Amino acid sequence: MATQTTAVVDRTVHAPRGRVFDVVKEWLTTVDHKKIGLMYIGYALIFLLIAGVEALMMRIQLAVPNNHFVSPQTFNQLFTMHGTTMVFFAGMPILFGFGNYLVPLMIGARDMAFPRLNAFSFWISAFGGFLLYYSYFGGSGMYGAGSAPDVGWFAYAPLTARVFSPGHSTDYWTLSILVSGVGSIGTALNIVATILCMRCPGMKMNRLPLLAWLYLVTSGLVFVTISPLTAAQIMLMLDRYLGAHFFDTQAGGSAVLWMHFFWIFGHPEVYILVLPAFGFASEIIPVFSRKAIFGYPAMVAATVGIGFISLTVWAHHMFTVGLGAPGNAFFTFSTMVISVPTGIKVFNWLATLWGGKIHFEVPMLFSLGFLFQFVVAGLTGIMLSVSPFDWQLGSSYFVVAHFHYVLVGAIVFMIFAAFYYWYPKMTGRMLDKKLGQWHFWLFLIGFHVTFDLMHIPGLLGMPRRIYTYEADRGWAGLNMAVSIGGAIQGIATLIFVYNLVHSYFKGKEAGADPWDAWTLEWSTASPPPAYNFAETPTVESRRPLWDLKHPNDPDSKYEG
Amino acid sequence: MVMTIVASMRLFPASIVDFLAAQSPTSIFSPSATPAHSIFDLSMLVLSITGGIFLVVYGLLIFVLIRYRHKPSSPQADHEPPQIYGSMQIELSWTVIPILIVVVLFLATARVIFSTESIPKPAKRIDVTVIGHQYWWEYRYPKLGVVTANELHIPVSSASDPLPTYLTMSSADTDHSFWVPRLAGKLDVIPNKVNVMWVDPQTTGLYLGQCAQYCGTQHAKMLLRVYVDTPDQFAAWVAQQKKPAADDTSVAAGKAVFEHNSCISCHTVSGTVATGRFGPDLTHLASRDTIASGAVKNTPENIRAFIDDPAAFKPGALMPAMHLNQHDLDLVTAYLTSLK
Repeated sequence: MATQTTAVVDRTVHAPRGRVFDVVKEWLTTVDHKKIGLMYIGYALIFLLIAGVEALMMRIQLAVPNNHFVSPQTFNQLFTMHGTTMVFFAGMPILFGFGNYLVPLMIGARDMAFPRLNAFSFWISAFGGFLLYYSYFGGSGMYGAGSAPDVGWFAYAPLTARVFSPGHSTDYWTLSILVSGVGSIGTALNIVATILCMRCPGMKMNRLPLLAWLYLVTSGLVFVTISPLTAAQIMLMLDRYLGAHFFDTQAGGSAVLWMHFFWIFGHPEVYILVLPAFGFASEIIPVFSRKAIFGYPAMVAATVGIGFISLTVWAHHMFTVGLGAPGNAFFTFSTMVISVPTGIKVFNWLATLWGGKIHFEVPMLFSLGFLFQFVVAGLTGIMLSVSPFDWQLGSSYFVVAHFHYVLVGAIVFMIFAAFYYWYPKMTGRMLDKKLGQWHFWLFLIGFHVTFDLMHIPGLLGMPRRIYTYEADRGWAGLNMAVSIGGAIQGIATLIFVYNLVHSYFKGKEAGADPWDAWTLEWSTASPPPAYNFAETPTVESRRPLWDLKHPNDPDSKYEG
Repeated sequence: MVMTIVASMRLFPASIVDFLAAQSPTSIFSPSATPAHSIFDLSMLVLSITGGIFLVVYGLLIFVLIRYRHKPSSPQADHEPPQIYGSMQIELSWTVIPILIVVVLFLATARVIFSTESIPKPAKRIDVTVIGHQYWWEYRYPKLGVVTANELHIPVSSASDPLPTYLTMSSADTDHSFWVPRLAGKLDVIPNKVNVMWVDPQTTGLYLGQCAQYCGTQHAKMLLRVYVDTPDQFAAWVAQQKKPAADDTSVAAGKAVFEHNSCISCHTVSGTVATGRFGPDLTHLASRDTIASGAVKNTPENIRAFIDDPAAFKPGALMPAMHLNQHDLDLVTAYLTSLK
């Protein structure tokens, strides 16, 4: 039987304020996984807003043909910085932040396995982000271009060679990714060690919350994929400064080699980002359906399956490179196959909803949005896996729409869901429900106006990464609508930010378990005290709090 | 067999496809050559299958949300619903069925991959070498002795008398991608790598496209124009392009300006001292409809403005502003417009 620890006094709600200097010192020097998690999240939110503004500037430029809102150089910097920031300095840190905060709590541990490594990983990743943006002051780009990196987020060779990108902007890009990669590896190592070694008594691997399983697989992918990325960045530095010729086509190097290095990182990276989102969904959907997750073993198997298969699909980003028919056929097949375990997940969520009592609280609204949108993202993914179809769709706005359906429609929606779900745990106060509903519906409308319509210009021949387009191509009206949808999403995000701040001071007090949930983080106070649990919990099933609440009908009777 | 499936699976509403085909001169739903046609047919199969899955899953999701929503007024509102932990049979069914769909889809796809990429070159064909540059296209017809830029002319091909054009592509600098959606899917143009694409356009006319791989500052205005000519038009065009450059004595002063400035380091005008290869071949510049890789119409005013400051049309273009005085600008514009 799970042991509920005695509630500790809610600290944010009632504790006296510390002096500013003490508070700053406490956060700068902390090795507490919760504080580090929150710093990851806060830092990622700042970059999310910056990269969001970059996106809106691009949308203003593209709203009408032959626009002069920004110069081509600025536009090229915007899409480079938007992509790089969103992937490396918003997406990964926000997910690592939630992982850092939640994994020890959910497995009944007092902290991460290596608290100091944890702090180091955060600060080195944060340094990477600052380095990237320092390029606006310290770098310079292609001839005639400004200062920030402008080679695109996948920085294809040989555009990154010194003849095409003199100055230092490309170096800032390289170094910021290299440095933040060190942090990612450190955090991944920490998460793996924590999950494998720090579980509380009774928490066998087959009782691990699905969120922890997904973080385990994500962290494994980080090990495998950050390494080639780091290697490629070092090779690029060698090319640029020590006269190596890995990617220097003018000296016999290979542009295609860079693509392989980048995408063996880049595609699994999508799964690194989406698996934690799956983890959130696998926790939130059952609680608001009031049912246990359907097919836990299948969910775990599908996760591990996705992890392995995701390492075999990278060259579907290269169908137009001229790999030859056998290569294209192989990567078509591997990419189609990954839809099978992904489909299993969707069907299991569906089956979890089936027969439940669905409560449409704000976290659930975002989770359901995720479910609907992820289905479409998966289906357009199947279209793109058909390599001849990809010869038309690849590098067009169809692809941009597809991956934003994954990154925004699935991942950002689940991140919002996670905020509404775990904010009460983190702060002791609920996020405002009315504002949350406004946020959800506005963001949903903005999302669909933008990204549903964005598929069509791609079908009509509009390539990505162009700073302007011809008026006679039939793309203008669609692009205007896409831009308007972007503005709606921007407004919705501002409501969310306001809600975060407002509710921190004025929100309803949450108590330990506001959602009547079942995993261990809800057994301790909100926010949890240092070292989380006054007494190490013991569990006998996947849902220790369910057992506690239903002593006559505990899960342990049914789990195999 | 697969093609029968393809033909019978056109469930995807034809009206939507026709509508999209009519919206743009670069719509992928308006194919006009075999590679684009076979992609179009395959895409209809793919859209039908994914559309079917979409309807089923969305139908289930919406049903579940309505049927199983929490009803506060119901007598059982306070009770938890029955807990169901899973079912091996159900898991198997939604594993095996998707696998079968994947196999069908893969076989249909593999057929198109191999039929496009792995068929032998016919003896009767046109060969063109395509070289991507920042930010323009160089076209060389080695067997015909023609060199031109930015506007590709190829002959029409018919079922009774097929005459495909083979484009052998590489890049002089960064990565580019050759994409004319109505003729074929895109193929990347990569330095130190040779890619081959073929097209057999079935109707004459102008086909538009543009570079589809980010290649630098001015990627957006690296446009593609493919003129599909009748056999007679094409023969006449080749004959015209093979002639040496016009040497009109009335523009001799402009020619002198051209030859005494750095124009000749980058541009070629056959029969003159200009033999540069960094920029487009100008031997028959006046025969083209556009300049600056399709960015603007080929008019004397635009030529003059482009020479004065290429960045006015194409910021980031590698041609420097020539800093000629107004008199010389007029002369050299007159010379270039004489290069029929």
